[in-house]
Amino acid sequence: MKRIVLCCAVVLGLVFGLALGQSQAAEPLKIGAVLSVTGPASFLGEPEKNTLLMLEEQINAKGGVAGRKLEVIVYDDESDVNKAVLSAQKLTKKDRVAAVLGPSISGSTLGIMKFFEESQIPLISCAASEKIVNPVNKWVFNTPQLDRHAVIKILQAAKKKGVKSLAILTVSDGYGQSGRAVLQELIPAQGFTLAADEVYGPKDTDMTAQLTKIKELGPDAIICWGTNPGPAVVARNMKQLGLTTPLYMSHGVASDKFIELAGPAADGIMLPAGRLIVAGQLPDAHPQKKLLLDYAAQYQAKYKAPVSSFGGYAWDALMLVVKAVEMGKSARPEDIRDNLEKIQGFVATTGTYTYTPANHNGLDESAFVLVVIDKGGWKIID
Amino acid sequence: MNISSLLQYLISGLTTGSTYGLAALGFTIIFNSTGIINFAQGEFVMLGGMFSVFFMKWFGLPIAWAVLLAALATMIAGALIERLAIRPVKGASPINLVIVTIGVSIFIRGLAMLVWGKDTYALPAFSGDKPIAVLGAAMMPQSLWVLGVSLAMLAALKAFFSHTIQGKAMLACSFDRKAASLMGIGVERMVLLSFMISALIGAVGGAILAPITLTSFDVGVLLGLKGFAACILGGLGNPFGAALGGLVLGVLESLGAGYLSSAYKDAFAFILLLALLFVRPQGLFGRKSVKRV
Repeated sequence: MKRIVLCCAVVLGLVFGLALGQSQAAEPLKIGAVLSVTGPASFLGEPEKNTLLMLEEQINAKGGVAGRKLEVIVYDDESDVNKAVLSAQKLTKKDRVAAVLGPSISGSTLGIMKFFEESQIPLISCAASEKIVNPVNKWVFNTPQLDRHAVIKILQAAKKKGVKSLAILTVSDGYGQSGRAVLQELIPAQGFTLAADEVYGPKDTDMTAQLTKIKELGPDAIICWGTNPGPAVVARNMKQLGLTTPLYMSHGVASDKFIELAGPAADGIMLPAGRLIVAGQLPDAHPQKKLLLDYAAQYQAKYKAPVSSFGGYAWDALMLVVKAVEMGKSARPEDIRDNLEKIQGFVATTGTYTYTPANHNGLDESAFVLVVIDKGGWKIID
Repeated sequence: MNISSLLQYLISGLTTGSTYGLAALGFTIIFNSTGIINFAQGEFVMLGGMFSVFFMKWFGLPIAWAVLLAALATMIAGALIERLAIRPVKGASPINLVIVTIGVSIFIRGLAMLVWGKDTYALPAFSGDKPIAVLGAAMMPQSLWVLGVSLAMLAALKAFFSHTIQGKAMLACSFDRKAASLMGIGVERMVLLSFMISALIGAVGGAILAPITLTSFDVGVLLGLKGFAACILGGLGNPFGAALGGLVLGVLESLGAGYLSSAYKDAFAFILLLALLFVRPQGLFGRKSVKRV
């Protein structure tokens, strides 16, 4: 009998002890991330992962989020939708995270959205497709500027220059296709004529055929929509053909890499860009200036690599969640979701976010500045 | 129809086409001596370009030395591939060897990605960026380099296969390995040599293409595929056919993009390729296939 009592006491003691231990050191706030750290989209996922790990360190050094330690769990989806689905299930079912950041690519985001409705956990995607936030899914947000914002920014600038007819040259991958759809919709809607609608393959190394065709049609300006290296080839080919039509590019090439690849042919090209690459040129009073310069300096110091606006999408996603937790003093997934929709005028790397129940992107075309490449550097023109 | 546009399409087509042709040349050499299709051929092209960038940017060498060293380094890589991946399984059937080469190509691509990163790099053009005007069409000096070097390599190969004892021995291996070895030809050495030569051709191609096409760790995938298609078009095993096949493919793509739709230019070229193969299964210049055992 004595023995049984002793046993019970030991067991009880253990259970209480454990419970006490747990409540004393508050459980860490777990945030998951599904990112394309390797594979074709690694140019997105790698800076995103680096950014999240850097922020995790910084936030914990300052005492965590609302008194709790932050724990970021990053899974690599290898730029593959199937792996993204598995990672999302692991995060929502096994790790029981409070919110999920990512994926890096639109296809993967669209593929995993439904799990977040089921598991009632908010997803803040770092991918730009408009389909992610339109129609609005109660549980899904995104941080990058939409293609629509970039196109509006370009068309506003073109209109000011007196451009009437436009030719478009888009890459045949997901990025180019979604840009092409928006261009096809907005160019006639804003009163321009669409003079030519040409396409090139993501691995193509020569676009002179498309440009020759455009040259014959003689549009007032050309808009090229793609990510490196295609647009650099377009710029070089235009120079080769002696084509001096004004050339606009998308925000997909807003990095120094593009200038390096296109060489002297890059001069004079105009494109909408996030403020990160021109942070130094912003007026001192601009709310994003200090934040961007700090982010760039910290990233450069920690990873010995130049910062990219893609990493900024992850910065924004994580800090929006942190903000939502602090606003509501609650890390329950449904509270995070509700509080995200209440965020107004939150200044971050990509722009200033105002989420509402009807707008889960939170940005507009003011998240872009129009820049021109001038002697191998960027210059803000609008 | 605008004549200067037509000329521009032809020039663009010939430039891209010669890149395919260069990749295709390498396929024929290894096929000729071993009867296998080396799917790592595109990777040789990539290595040529990446090594050139590497030697030039990291060691600050002048471009001519960088290209020379790149060609040497790729030749060594070709030899290593033969010794480490192909020779240990030499008894296997051609299909198994082909699969080995696919594995090798994935391995090299992964290694290149780890060593050099995933960025795209540019190499400066060999003789300036100033386009040459030809009847209203424009042409880069680098395109002339590509065409010229391709022709020179073709001529060198032709001379090698028909006038040197090594070249003839290599051809003999492709016709009948056993008979060749009975005649005192070191078959293994010939296979090694064929890998080195095709690595050399690929590397030179990669280096002279890099100023036009830019280069990155995964540039070999597409060049390998298009080169293979050019090979089939020209007839497997015939270096002239391979080079010409590349040019035809390039011109078809460019004309397709110009006069039909740029969205379907790849499809257009491959549809013609399929149609041709229905009519002439051995390709434009291929021999009627002889059963190899």
